[in-house]
Parts: sequence; structure tokens; C-alpha cells
Amino acid sequence: MSAVEEAITSAHRAEWARVVAALTRRFGDLDIAEEAAAEAFASAVERWPADGVPPNPGGWLTTTANRRAIDRIRRESKRDDKQKEAQLMYDDDPPEPLGAVDDERLRLIFTCCHPALAMETRVALTLRMVGGLTVAEIARAFLVQESAMGQRITRAKTKIKAARIPYRVPAAEDLPARVSGVLAVLYLVFNEGYLATGPDTDPVRHDLTTEAIRLTRLIRALLPADGEVAGLLALMLLTEARRAARVSASGELVPLGEQDRGAWDATLVAEGHRLVRERLAAVAAGGAAPGPYQILAAINAVHTSARDVRDTDWSQVVALYDQLVRLDPSPIVALNRAIAVAELDGPEVALAAVDRLAEPLAGYHAYHVTRADLLRRLGSSEQSRAAYDKAIELAGNTAETAYLVRRRDQLG
Amino acid sequence: MRYLVSVIDDKTNPGSTDRQPAISAFNDRLIAEGYWVFAGGLADTDTATVIDNRGEQAVFSDGPFVESKEYLAGVWVWEVPDLDMALKLATEASKVCDRKIEVRPFQ
Repeated sequence: MSAVEEAITSAHRAEWARVVAALTRRFGDLDIAEEAAAEAFASAVERWPADGVPPNPGGWLTTTANRRAIDRIRRESKRDDKQKEAQLMYDDDPPEPLGAVDDERLRLIFTCCHPALAMETRVALTLRMVGGLTVAEIARAFLVQESAMGQRITRAKTKIKAARIPYRVPAAEDLPARVSGVLAVLYLVFNEGYLATGPDTDPVRHDLTTEAIRLTRLIRALLPADGEVAGLLALMLLTEARRAARVSASGELVPLGEQDRGAWDATLVAEGHRLVRERLAAVAAGGAAPGPYQILAAINAVHTSARDVRDTDWSQVVALYDQLVRLDPSPIVALNRAIAVAELDGPEVALAAVDRLAEPLAGYHAYHVTRADLLRRLGSSEQSRAAYDKAIELAGNTAETAYLVRRRDQLG
Repeated sequence: MRYLVSVIDDKTNPGSTDRQPAISAFNDRLIAEGYWVFAGGLADTDTATVIDNRGEQAVFSDGPFVESKEYLAGVWVWEVPDLDMALKLATEASKVCDRKIEVRPFQ
């Protein structure tokens, strides 16, 4: 990658959401903001190699996008004068007193995660508008046709405008409910970064995990007493801390048990542990019972506390999964619990639990990965191979596929 | 911003029939707070007549344009600043009417 390409990529990561948010604020229209931002980045690709990277890339992009937006509005108002008024901003509320966390991107994310939009629409819109992913990337992440994903995003933008979904941070009394919707979206964004899908995609998309963490930090600053916000942030930090150890030099995914724990990011681990301790103390002091993110964070805190995988307190991990199953009886949680059970009670017990999930999880690659591994440990090479084949077929992450192929080929 | 607020009832599982006093009180509040534009309960769908005069002569048909288990039982028109306010009021309206509510913006 040339220096200019690198500058464009890094400007995209750093500035996309800011440009979209600023333009949405100014013009009151997500569609105009998105299109103008995309055009500004396209201009950068065209101009920067010849003209050089501007000293303030964010400023250049915002100015360029603003001009493109005004051009479009002029074009459209010539076509239909009556629409002119409607194109102007409708944010008539006084600014919320947010102080240090008054970030345009927070408005953008609350609008993209509005409860009047379907969950899958919120995720798609957040990834497009806040994350800056292309429609093709989002379509791939959610296994739908690109045209269908494009329509979903277009419909969402039309609804936001026509139904007048406001572009603002919700009022204090509505905040907790609205935040939990945002957290679900951020966790999905984080996971897409952490286990990126697609044959031409990096196995770990640091930009997405970083963006998810950054936005979760923002929400934490806004709602410091919300246990689930702290829980999700801790969960992300403790997961992100293992990033460097998670893909080998040869580009294979490295499972938790085989990772070089010295390569974990000690600062992130310490911050994650601090947050988990803070939540444990709050719950002990009579606070609300922990929700799923806090329990997942606690599980990750147990893992990251063990200097060696053999030191892992598996009974604690299983106990936490038991707690999680009570809150979320989904087959995916049951699968993860079974993985911990394998360490505590052996692969045979775990396999029996996993096999009970065959029906709901038949199309989920991690189900086949888990079965393949348990069957391998039980010496059932042939069945294990079949499970690896199925897992490889379904896995969308390049590093995971590489790891699974090697594991399969090592079977006796 | 104006919204059409539809009250949806269900023929197989109708909402309770003693809601009128609560609805009147809710209407008074909508009026006092400046959100009320129009409200009206509808007679049964059996009383509807559909007129189609797109062809050579008008055709009248007895009954609603679509037969369905769920049907429109009444409407409001509200004037509120944005969807958040409409949804907040609609959440209360659903409780008050003991029925589902659809909120749809006017163009």
C-alpha cells in the first residue's frame, strides 16, 4: 500500500463517522450526508495521489463533503422548489448539555439504533453510517445479497426522514432503554471486527473493534453507573487484549488454549479487570443483578487471569455460564457452556451436550468446530474429519479456515 | 409533524369494551398539551362500502376493502414534534385503549 493509500485508509477510519454525523446535523438528512461523505472520499482517492495528502485530511473531507451536499440540494431544489424547505435541518432542540462527551457521532448512533427500526436494520445502518463499511461488506457480514442490504439501508433512511426519527441523544429518562439497543449493535460490530467474514477481508478488522470500543467508551462516559455498559466495555477490552496472540505469523487463528499469553495486551487486560471488579463490588453492594455482558466479561476475566491455560478456573467459568444460561437460554450460550464443560468434565460429557444442539445450530460453523475438536480428542478421527469439513464449509474467516484445514489434515 | 395513529383491534381476541372513560381522559390530556388534531372511533367493518369508479361505471361493494382478522377500530391525528413523542404517546394510548396502535407519518 502506498503512503497516499494508507493516508486515505486511515482518514476513512478516523473521519468517516465524523463527516457523516456533521453533515447529518447540518442538513438533517442521512442520505445526503452519506452520499456526500462517500463522494468526498472518492475525491480523495482521485486527488490526493496527484495533489498530495492535505495537512488536515479530516477538514478537507468535511469541506469537500459539505460542498457536495450543497450541490445536491441545489440540484434538487431547482427540480422541486417545494422540497427545499424539507431538505433543511430540522434539529430545532436546544443542544443537550453533554459536556465532554458531546460527540456528533453519539447522535448518529442513537438515530441509527432507534427502536422504531428493526434490529437488523439498526446494525446495518450503524455499520454503514458510523462504521463506514460498504454495503457489500455489510451484506457479506450478514449473509444477504448486496442488493437486499442496499434496499434495507435505503428503506431505513427513508423511514428516518419520513417518520421524523429525531437526530439527538435521548432524554435522560429514556436513556437506559435506548442504550441497551445501542449496546447490542456495538457488540455485533465488535464481533464482526473480531472475527471478520469474507474471503478478501483481514481476519481481524482492527478498525471495527477499535470503533466499537471507542463508541462504547463514549457511552460509558455518558452513563457511568450503567452496569451493562461497563460490562460490554470490559468484555470488548478483554477480548481485544488477546488480538495479537489470536492470529499466528502464518495467518492461522490460534485458539485461546494455544495462545502466547505473554503477547496479550497487559494494559487492556488490567483495564478490563478493573471494570469487572467495579461491577462485582456494585452488585455486592446491592446494585442490580448483572446482565449478560457483565457475565461474559467475568468469564473473560477468569480466562485472562490464568497465566497458563492449565491454571484456568474452569469450575468458575462453568458456574458463570450456568448464570448466563438462566438469562439467555439460547443454543449458542449452551454451546459455549459445553466447551467449558469439556475442560471440567471431559470431552464425552461435552459432546453429549453439544449433540443436543444439532438442530438449531446445524448452520453455525462454531457448532461443527466444537464437535470436530471434541471428536478429535475422543479419538473418533473419521467423524471428526466430517465435522471439520462441515466447519470449513461454513467458516467465513480466512484465519479460522486456515486453522481448521491444518487441524483436519493432521487427523490420523 | 402530523401522524395518523391507528387503533387496531383483533376479531378473534378483541380488547376490552370498558375503555371509553380512560380514552376520554387521554383525549382531554392530548388537547390540553396541544397534540390533538382529530380523533374518532369507527363503526364495525361490516358497515363499510367500497366504491370503485376507475372503470366505465362505479361499482359499489358491501364490506371493507380487505377482510382480515385485525382491523382498524379508530384513528387519531396528532401534531407532535417528532417520532419519539409520537411513540411515547402511542405507548400510553395502547394501554388506554387496550389495543395495538400503529403510528404512521403523513407525507
